[in-house]
Amino acid sequence: MEGVMRSDAKICGESGTESSPRGLGCSLRHFACEQNLLSRPDGSASFLQGVAEKSREWLIRNTCEAVVLGTLHPRTSITVVLQVISDAGSLLACCLNAACMALVDAGVPMRALFCGVTCALDSDGTLMLDPTAKQEKEARAVLTFALDSVERKLLMSTTKGLYSDAELQQCLAAAQAASQHVFRFYRESLQRRYSKS
Amino acid sequence: TVEPLEYYRRFLKENCRPDGRELGEFRTTTVNIGSISTADGSALVKLGNTTVICGIKAEFAAPPTDAPDKGYVVPNVDLPPLCSSRFRSGPPGEEAQVASQFIADVIENSQIIQKEDLCISPGKLAWVLYCDLICLDYDGNILDACTFALLAALKNVQLPEVTISEETALAEVNLKKKSFLNIRTHPVATSFAVFDDTLLIVDPTGEEEHLATGTLTVVMDEEGKLCCLHKPGGSGLTGAKLQDCMSRAVTRHKEVKKLMDEVVKSMKPK
Repeated sequence: MEGVMRSDAKICGESGTESSPRGLGCSLRHFACEQNLLSRPDGSASFLQGVAEKSREWLIRNTCEAVVLGTLHPRTSITVVLQVISDAGSLLACCLNAACMALVDAGVPMRALFCGVTCALDSDGTLMLDPTAKQEKEARAVLTFALDSVERKLLMSTTKGLYSDAELQQCLAAAQAASQHVFRFYRESLQRRYSKS
Repeated sequence: TVEPLEYYRRFLKENCRPDGRELGEFRTTTVNIGSISTADGSALVKLGNTTVICGIKAEFAAPPTDAPDKGYVVPNVDLPPLCSSRFRSGPPGEEAQVASQFIADVIENSQIIQKEDLCISPGKLAWVLYCDLICLDYDGNILDACTFALLAALKNVQLPEVTISEETALAEVNLKKKSFLNIRTHPVATSFAVFDDTLLIVDPTGEEEHLATGTLTVVMDEEGKLCCLHKPGGSGLTGAKLQDCMSRAVTRHKEVKKLMDEVVKSMKPK
């Protein structure tokens, strides 16, 4: 068992600058990740991204069930506990990212990694990725997707508000492009963790 | 069947299902409005064997302080042990809670009723519509049946006229004068099940849902706008497959709308 290792990985978006000014390219907020920070559980991760509602639990659970290779561990229960430390918008996407990283940290065999991306459409149809809480409230529609890492297929989707079919395809395409950044971040933060530095 | 999945695969290869339906065909849908006389609005919907009854009761309440000109619509989906052996008696299970949240989201997103229409006197009195959906027989595709039952029941609701008298400041209900609700949109749900990560079938039965690797529910209104795209995990779908689902949802909406209009027309002479 390794000791507690803190790797605070930062990633910059396509726009080149660090956190606040968002360019037109990636437009995801700054995110950081810490792994193995709790000693009792087998794996843990804290994901910082710009109800305990049963519905959200159901969505996260089904997404995890779709990727985790359950047949390799019969008669085993995998409990994923998510604690919200602060909510600044895009909560469900952040929960999905944290769940994925925790499963990786625990060494659970999975058929793919997954990430969560939130899109918001405002009243004139402008697409915003990774909205803040204020942007979410003012948006006409908020769509959250979970995408897998192998073929960027849609694993989970939940939406709020009214939108057209064309807008859905547009949001899905934007989310698929943004998921590349999240997966690259996963890879880099894991590399940093397991490198001997 | 000893090998249910293999049995299904043999049918799916020929593009049909064991009950004789095509992959894109819905089961026979029947709807019955106004069967519960003690409720303000009611509807019974049968999708093949799946049976859902919706009863709506209207009561008075004080409007919320942050929205004094709005009423409430409170849906609740109940999956009792009588509908299927998988449910036990006691507090609502996860599936019932998720279904209730789904119906609440559909009402909220589609703006089926303008909550301002439910207000009687701003800041003092408003209607609250308790929509209780009870499943009487669970054979898959519960979300479609619940959405349809809710829509049909809301079209059936008649609210009496309420005036606030100036002398006593109490509400006076005139039961002789009733009016229908103003239903602004007609959201219709279409559910799909994903088999073996590739094949999409419409309106899954209970057994098909059990064997499926994922489910997807699309709620569309008459202008082709989507109120809800509910895909709780399961195998992945590409954008092209989603597009096929949308076109199927559009045709389903037309079928359901036709059925609704026929039923409403038959109720008129009352």
